[in-house]
Amino acid sequence: MTFLKKHPLLIRLILLSLGIALLLGGIFRGEVATVFKKATHICMECIGIG
Amino acid sequence: MEKRLSAAEKMKRHNRIRLIIQASFATLSNGYIRGFARGKIFTGVSKKICVPGMNCYSCPGALGACPIGSLQATLNSRDYKLALYVTGLLVLFGTFLGRFVCGFLCPFGLIQDLIYKIPFVKKIRRLPGEKALRYLRFVFLAVFVLLLPAFIADFTGLGQPWFCKWICPVGTLEGGIPLVLLNSAMREAAGFIFRFKLIILLITLFSAVIIYRPFCRYVCPLGAIYGIFNKISFYRFTIDSTKCTGCGACQKTCKLDIPVWQNPNSADCIRCGDCKTACPNQAIVTGK
Repeated sequence: MTFLKKHPLLIRLILLSLGIALLLGGIFRGEVATVFKKATHICMECIGIG
Repeated sequence: MEKRLSAAEKMKRHNRIRLIIQASFATLSNGYIRGFARGKIFTGVSKKICVPGMNCYSCPGALGACPIGSLQATLNSRDYKLALYVTGLLVLFGTFLGRFVCGFLCPFGLIQDLIYKIPFVKKIRRLPGEKALRYLRFVFLAVFVLLLPAFIADFTGLGQPWFCKWICPVGTLEGGIPLVLLNSAMREAAGFIFRFKLIILLITLFSAVIIYRPFCRYVCPLGAIYGIFNKISFYRFTIDSTKCTGCGACQKTCKLDIPVWQNPNSADCIRCGDCKTACPNQAIVTGK
């Protein structure tokens, strides 16, 4: 907690880097296609039918 | 008297601006009007990107993907047991905004805000065991969004989106009801689970008349994730100790009953900004 209070900017920069790294890692692995496929077909479970 | 009146006007103006932002973002997230007319969903490229708030991708108007649905869809697929893409997006949204997303950008948050305006004999600020109940959203996140979709699979290796299937009232409201009304095939297919989820939706909506944002308080896994970021996000509150008198006006105005003057970056805070507007000494500042 003290570290968080002392170095908030550093932590935010680490988190931003982590976020970008995860995002790029996911794109590189092809996860976007999985999300896109799910999002462009009616999700039967989501609407309570499947 | 004059000062009190101007404070009330200030709050009214703040709430109007917030409502305009919420409505604009909800419209932007669900701008595929043709989908509502045809009873079909949007299939364009923008659905590769998750919107920051809870917005079912099976809503006929949805232009983006739901982050919680996408997280489960990745975890329950045969190919991945880690959802890097969606997690990365959530870390970025969280680091920049924290639960500002809940207060300003979430369409289901807007719906609950509007429902809470309905008058009721007695509005409830806290339920018995409120503190423990607020941890429930972490249980929903861990069990229904992460563990069950990742580890329970059928013989083909495919899992299910457990939170979407058994709990999420957003999908029923934004996707289920419009599609069942507009699409005859969907109407015929609606059975036990649809009725079960309809009951959950009705309980959620009725609770929202009495308690401010019950879904966000006790259930929302997305709010649980963003809440963790509240303490470190770029958008955060700081108390100017030279101005704060500890009068508690912030807590009194907070519909979630958060002692903002003591804990300005509580994981429960949805960043509606009412406390900031209500503070008579302008002791709550943004950023830093």
